Amino acid sequence: MNILEYDFMVRALRAAAFTGLAAPAVGTYLVQRRLALMGDGIGHIAVTGVGLGLLTGQSPVLTAVIVTVLGATLIEVIRERGRTSGDVALALLFYGGIAGGVMVTGLAGGSAQSLHNYLFGSITTVSATDVWTVIALALVVIFLALGLAPQLFAVCQDEDFAKVAGLPVRFYTLLTSVMAAVTVTVAMRTVGLLLVSALMVVPVATAQQVTKGFKATILAAMALGALASLGGVVTSFYVDVAPGATIVLLALAGFVVAWPVGSMLQHRRRAAAPFEVDPGLPHLSVPEAHRHTHGEDCGHVAVRHGDHVDYVHDGHRHAHHDDHYDEH
Amino acid sequence: MTTAIAVRDGNIALGGRPVVRAVDLSVRGGEVVALLGSNGSGKTTLVRGLMGLVPWSSGDVHLLGTPQRNFNQWHRLGYVPQQGSANSGIPATVLEVVSAGRLSRRRLLLPLRRGDRDAVQAALRSVELQDRQHDAVGRLSGGQQQRVLIARALASEPDLLVLDEPNAGVDHHNQIGLAATLRPMVESGATVLLVLHEMGPLAELIDRVVVLRDGRVTYDGMPPDDDSLDEFHSHHHSQQQHDGTPLARGGPL
Repeated sequence: MNILEYDFMVRALRAAAFTGLAAPAVGTYLVQRRLALMGDGIGHIAVTGVGLGLLTGQSPVLTAVIVTVLGATLIEVIRERGRTSGDVALALLFYGGIAGGVMVTGLAGGSAQSLHNYLFGSITTVSATDVWTVIALALVVIFLALGLAPQLFAVCQDEDFAKVAGLPVRFYTLLTSVMAAVTVTVAMRTVGLLLVSALMVVPVATAQQVTKGFKATILAAMALGALASLGGVVTSFYVDVAPGATIVLLALAGFVVAWPVGSMLQHRRRAAAPFEVDPGLPHLSVPEAHRHTHGEDCGHVAVRHGDHVDYVHDGHRHAHHDDHYDEH
Repeated sequence: MTTAIAVRDGNIALGGRPVVRAVDLSVRGGEVVALLGSNGSGKTTLVRGLMGLVPWSSGDVHLLGTPQRNFNQWHRLGYVPQQGSANSGIPATVLEVVSAGRLSRRRLLLPLRRGDRDAVQAALRSVELQDRQHDAVGRLSGGQQQRVLIARALASEPDLLVLDEPNAGVDHHNQIGLAATLRPMVESGATVLLVLHEMGPLAELIDRVVVLRDGRVTYDGMPPDDDSLDEFHSHHHSQQQHDGTPLARGGPL
């Protein structure tokens, strides 16, 4: 079976690739602001939007975009007014959104199946127009997330500093929320509203296990997101499983692999880092006796330190000095 | 430069509680002023008001010769927030954080120019973190993170530098380093406002001391020498007892 011989699979792969790129791009900023669950909150609000679409006969994608953008704005307003209640604001909208959605869908007489398609995704039934909508919206989100990266980074890192640098902080936080809202609606056909937040957050969590910088994190997260999305769709074609769930489980598998690698790297980097030395103090010589001389083949990790080489020994760094070793 | 900071009868209330009360403060261009006072005396709120982070309930405030509400020369301000951690939910390199200091001078959607990169490198050099620029900020010590935030403020090449408790939790060796970082700026004519708990190694740079107590300015003048500083503190203590304030609240020292 060649997967590319089926039009519906080609459409599904296109939608998956762009969703997989856009979701972690926005997710990076949400995680940076420590609002990792915001995607979830918006996903719940979108249920009401889908319900309204089913009730009024409008496109559920359109009504969901409108309702989620309103909801995301409301979250920001509540956050700004009561400073500590960011998570409470999210919780309120979580419950309101999902209860409203279930009620409105019930009023519309919609069957359980119609809502189910949006809750858990149904990427293989995506129409040609839907795919183009997904690609267009995803491209806008990616363009903003990467093009405004310096500004969004500064605002999410330190709001006070960004304000003093003259940035319109309120505009940018709102923009992040609106981008998240759009991404959720884009992704609701791929992974579904209940799992979309996973695609925004999990690749970011995976990437930051091994990255040191922001740019590296956002790019790696986008690559991982696209990989998991494409992998999930392909897997679901050959094995009869739900694509949305497969995408999320693949993304999580990536995290499970990256986690031990990340802690190992961190451990090694920390062991190799020099202690901060106060030049006003006399140097410390190593108390324990050495049965061997540190050298190229002594088995201890060698680290270049200025004009000499240190050897990592029991978590200390030993540097040769006359007849003894100094601790560095 | 004329007057860097001018506040006349400035008042700030937080949640209905007056925190800064009838403050008159004037800092001339090129002056280095330390803002002292015990916890809760309103130092940080006053500085946040000057930076436009909390609104003034009344008063006349000028920054670098411009009324604050019309102020837009953000690149001339350098701000180091209190107890700032350079860390956030996502790893960031030292270089990325310090480069954010150029945002007040950058245009949208355009990459850093050569001048921007040079200024960032100069800022990194002045806090001696040039060789750590590609390391994750979260992996640096507290004192080094503080230096990253100072470099971020210096990167915009400000005329007025405001540091909120740059010495809190920083050891003596790093405090000497901070004084060394600020000295060339001061010599080149920049204005510096420092919120401090104690002057420490920065004392030699400071031209004038302003002491706040319960939101009011209680001293404005020459930095006291060590003896008179002690006298000031004991005076402060006896007044607190005189006020009938419970001793358990404690004073500075």
